[in-house]
Amino acid sequence: MPTNAYVPHAQGYVDNEGPKVVSSRFIHDDSHTLERALATDAYEGMKIALGMAPHEVAALVKDAVLLGRGGAGFPAGIKWGFMPPVWPRYLVVNGDESEPGTYKDRLLMENDPHQLIAGCVITCYALGLNQCFLYVRGEMALAQERIAVALNEAYEAGLVGKNINGTDVSIDVVLHWGAGAYIVGEETALIESLEGNRGMPRLKPPFFPAAKGLYMKPTIVNNVETLANLGWLLQNGPESYKTYGSETSPGTRMLAISGHVNRPGVYEVEQGKVTFRDLFYGDNYCQGIRDGNELKAFIPGGGSAPWFFPDQLDLPLEARPVGAAGSMLGSGAIVVMDDTTDAVKATLRLVRFYARESCGKCTPCREGTAWEEKVLQRILDGHGRPQDIDLLLEIGNNISPGPYPVASFDSQSLEAIPFPPKQTTICPLGPSSVAPITSAIRRFRHEFEEKIEAAVAARNAGDQDD
Amino acid sequence: MTDTAPTEATTGVPFTLNGKDLEAKDGELLIEAAERNGVHIPRFCYHPRMESVGMCRMCLVEVDTGRGPGLQPSCMLTVTPNMLVNTESESTKAAQDGVLELTLINHPLDCPVCDKGGECPLQDNAFAFGPGESRFVEEKRHYEKPIPISDLVFLDRERCILCDRCTRFADDVAGDPLIHFIDRGNQTQVNTFPGLPFSSYFSGNTVQICPVGALTSKPYRFTARPWDLAENESTSTVDSTGARIVLQSSQDKLVRILGVDSDAVNWSWLSDKERFAYEATNAESRLHDPMMDTSGALESVRWNAALGAAVNALALAPSKIGVIGGARMSVESQYAWAKMLKGLAGIDNIDAQLGDGIDAEAIMSLPRATIDEAAQPGGVIVLVGIDPKEDLPTLYLRLRHAVVKDGASLIEMTPRATGLSEFASARIHTQPGSLGVIAQSLGTGMVGTSVAGVSARQLTDASKLLKSKRPVTVIVGRGNLAERDGYTVAALKSLRSGFPEAKFLSALRRGNIHGALEMGLTPGLLPGGQPLDTEIDGWITTPAERGLDTEGILRSAVKGEISTLLLLGSDPLTDYPDRNLVREAFDAVTNVVSVDAFLTESSQRANVVLPTTLAGESAGTFLNLENRLSPIRSKVTGPGQTRDDWMIAADIAAVAGGDLGFSTVSEIREEISALIPTFADIDWSEVDAAGDGPLIASSPLVGSDLRTSGADYSVPVPSGDYGLRLVVDRKMWDLGTMVNESASQSQLHTEAYAGLASADATRLGVFDGDKVAVTAGDHQASLAVKVIAGLPAGSVHIPFRLPGFDPGEAISASFPVNEVAVEVESS
Repeated sequence: MPTNAYVPHAQGYVDNEGPKVVSSRFIHDDSHTLERALATDAYEGMKIALGMAPHEVAALVKDAVLLGRGGAGFPAGIKWGFMPPVWPRYLVVNGDESEPGTYKDRLLMENDPHQLIAGCVITCYALGLNQCFLYVRGEMALAQERIAVALNEAYEAGLVGKNINGTDVSIDVVLHWGAGAYIVGEETALIESLEGNRGMPRLKPPFFPAAKGLYMKPTIVNNVETLANLGWLLQNGPESYKTYGSETSPGTRMLAISGHVNRPGVYEVEQGKVTFRDLFYGDNYCQGIRDGNELKAFIPGGGSAPWFFPDQLDLPLEARPVGAAGSMLGSGAIVVMDDTTDAVKATLRLVRFYARESCGKCTPCREGTAWEEKVLQRILDGHGRPQDIDLLLEIGNNISPGPYPVASFDSQSLEAIPFPPKQTTICPLGPSSVAPITSAIRRFRHEFEEKIEAAVAARNAGDQDD
Repeated sequence: MTDTAPTEATTGVPFTLNGKDLEAKDGELLIEAAERNGVHIPRFCYHPRMESVGMCRMCLVEVDTGRGPGLQPSCMLTVTPNMLVNTESESTKAAQDGVLELTLINHPLDCPVCDKGGECPLQDNAFAFGPGESRFVEEKRHYEKPIPISDLVFLDRERCILCDRCTRFADDVAGDPLIHFIDRGNQTQVNTFPGLPFSSYFSGNTVQICPVGALTSKPYRFTARPWDLAENESTSTVDSTGARIVLQSSQDKLVRILGVDSDAVNWSWLSDKERFAYEATNAESRLHDPMMDTSGALESVRWNAALGAAVNALALAPSKIGVIGGARMSVESQYAWAKMLKGLAGIDNIDAQLGDGIDAEAIMSLPRATIDEAAQPGGVIVLVGIDPKEDLPTLYLRLRHAVVKDGASLIEMTPRATGLSEFASARIHTQPGSLGVIAQSLGTGMVGTSVAGVSARQLTDASKLLKSKRPVTVIVGRGNLAERDGYTVAALKSLRSGFPEAKFLSALRRGNIHGALEMGLTPGLLPGGQPLDTEIDGWITTPAERGLDTEGILRSAVKGEISTLLLLGSDPLTDYPDRNLVREAFDAVTNVVSVDAFLTESSQRANVVLPTTLAGESAGTFLNLENRLSPIRSKVTGPGQTRDDWMIAADIAAVAGGDLGFSTVSEIREEISALIPTFADIDWSEVDAAGDGPLIASSPLVGSDLRTSGADYSVPVPSGDYGLRLVVDRKMWDLGTMVNESASQSQLHTEAYAGLASADATRLGVFDGDKVAVTAGDHQASLAVKVIAGLPAGSVHIPFRLPGFDPGEAISASFPVNEVAVEVESS
């Protein structure tokens, strides 16, 4: 059994040293089968939960301070408490993981679907509801297939459906395949899509899912990884759970690290105990920057997060300090850029993603992201103008008014602006496109200027030739 | 008049707007509360008659609810106590500036050639709140320039700012979700689904609510500039809903009709038939001169010659004259004709309905509901007979909203599924001839057994709703022209006795039919629903005895007892259901005098044709189906020598040596108020002021016993084993004169078809589109089959006045129900 190394069966997963809450089965080739799940007690936590009163299960989760793993990091137990006593009510599992750089939910769905199904049943039971929708991103064919097979197995084995495990509890889990849109990872857009509409976000308020969600009924939307924790948590109890991680962020979390490190991949890491430096350079983790290059910048929480730089390497991987430093941990996606990276190209790459994925609902995002993309492309094509840099910042200001969150720039004595940004849009997609622009221009303005100056010089030379 | 006092007295929500302490209504949106207090917040996607989506972001304002100031879309924000709102702050202005710059980056600046230029919210907002110039130097988004998305509407996707108004209207209001967003991000566009045009009866509304020039209508495109338009508020006379409209003209020609947001009636919506009706007014084929048949063909003559001939034709004993029509005219004109015919000549053979309505006294004795009362949340609407989507489309939109959004329940008692069926809580689809007995079982509450093919379960469902929900409003119209109105009268009788507190909304569909009935253009009544023996000041006489309705007039004509037919804007030859009877009557009479705007099939047979003005060319008032009085205003002058209808009545009286005693519309109004009790309290200035319009008072008929002589509870036995009972009703677009004379609408009707119940189609072995032979007496036609949901087995649905087959050939007014043979065509 290979340890502290890539797991070939779960491609991209690194089985490093450390406690394993949600990825414990990844090392097995058949981790996705019911056979393995039963052999490794994947449904034990669910059986324990079904033996308790629903409110006791909810209290236990609240006690464990299980933080949501979708990006906002809100405690799941408290979120559950927002549900008014109205039936029907629904659980929706957000498996539309599509934040640039994130692929930990995909691994959880592909490699341990039974752990997730058990988590769904536990949540439904705790919340007194019997209908769960598992929304899986359109592009994740293998995850959809594995979950479909696992659900069939679980229904067959009486672990989901009518009279679960011989009790009088009946809970249905329905698998829904998305049609492929980043925005559907936003919970209200996901609900719209699930209802059969175009995936466009609803305004909160009034459409907070816990009050007016799916079919305008109370709905809890939880992330895949959040629910994957529940089986272990029920089996081992909140006290054991809290022995992992820091006091404010207990447990572990799956981090997807990509980019210019020697050993990129998904790691299960104790929350709040590791710094970015440990992560990038530690032997147990990424083992340094590729080719011995210098670190130029890194994105700590998926494409939507403002960039960090070597100045921020010693921050712990915990929501609050990262937020205060001007970014977010988000969905656990870290992208590392070494000093060979062209900041303008990297910015365009990210902005283009948001421009293409904008749902088209809010004017600032629909028009603004596309404009940003065009300006950046023009600069790279050698048609930049000196005013384009400020123009980019001002377009960003139209989408996200006021000072945009950004990391401190110690050598220039520039202070950090804490997260989150303001927005003129319904959801944060548009403002996300501003993150790379603001970060890159603050830190690497000279790279933009060099390209523009070269373009201006070339144009002037052309004029003289005429 | 209405008891709104208690709701207005409720305490408001205190909030601060730009430093001023104000009160919002409970649950009021910030954008509305600000508007009411004189602060206009710019917007594109917000529309007060549709749900907010918060899409355009134009209405962002700085709001502080105690957590610090932030930008919030005021169209989605309900005012909460002590909210601090600043629409003039720097951050608000920066947001407005930014949103406008972004809205404009892909909007082509083709204002000089854009129909919207000059009345464009985007222009106005850009001017008032925008940055003034663009920093966008890239290539704008390009699409094929206007593409037709329906026969009436063009879409220019380059101009579209994606505000979701048209798409929301199509989906939420009209229920025709045929346009939607496709693609995403900056490539998002509104479009139709491949191969499916936006063929909605209401497509023109999307043009009216488009905040830019992306949607344009075929009839109006490139015909005028907004600053050249003169306008006048009026009422649509196309159907009896009486939708409030604005008539716009350029160079004395009507060029556009827009809907006006009247709370009580049409909420700014119009059907395309109402919206584009002005095209008929402008039609080349309008009659310009009086005409007379002196040598075997109609020729233009001078007015005095034509009037003389008309007077000669009418110089007969009252019983020798039959008058058909009058629903197209204004109330004032109807009064003038009633006074001339009944009060001067003593004629009572007058009927404004053409055998396709319901007994006038039965309708006029019903306790009336308003549209608002019918649409009340929590109430139950009983739809008897008609399909409002086809007959009264604007009323349909109000009813749809009541049922879909406001939680009113709907019981449908119709011969087939209607446009509202999918929202009905109980669907009772009646076979021809069974409406009376089915209503009887509901009225008496004896719903335990099936009645005339309607199951006990359906009846019980309906009965439960009728017992538990209040108010009960019955909307009643004639659902089947091939079935006598006695069944509808029987249904009214049973529903009235079973539910004494129920109110009724008449769905007689012809334009100003309710004005005509109120003014006495119906046998047996004088104006105001008064009996014939009432003495009216200034009237020389009143009819000695009750006259005949249209059927009676035509039968008497066939027998030779009536020798002159006077047609008041009616075309019985094509519009009366029994084709043989009306043909024989026209063959038998000596004189036909027609007062019309067009040479219809009937006026071509006239000896004298008197050309009249149409709504938009003449002023007056309109009485809608709620008995609500609203103004019809003139905007342009009538063509040629046309005269207003009331003038023609006065001229005829004068030539005959009499005097109607008025020479202006206001003099007629004074006389109406003075002489007709139901109009005694009418303040005509209130009618003329823009507003919902007053309801007229109840006549003594209202609440009186139903005239039930026609009530028919007998269920006729089918005559032969191959016979299918005819269900004949109207489509919104048919071969009717006004639609047919409107250039852009004349091609919108479908071909006639034979609608079959799926059981009958199965029995015959035919599918949608297959041809069947329809035989009625000597007439046979080959019609395409259309399998119709909700049509009871044994019925065949053939719409009236569509090309391909005239079901009038198969209808005999002497039969209670009519049948045709439907057979598979031998190939």
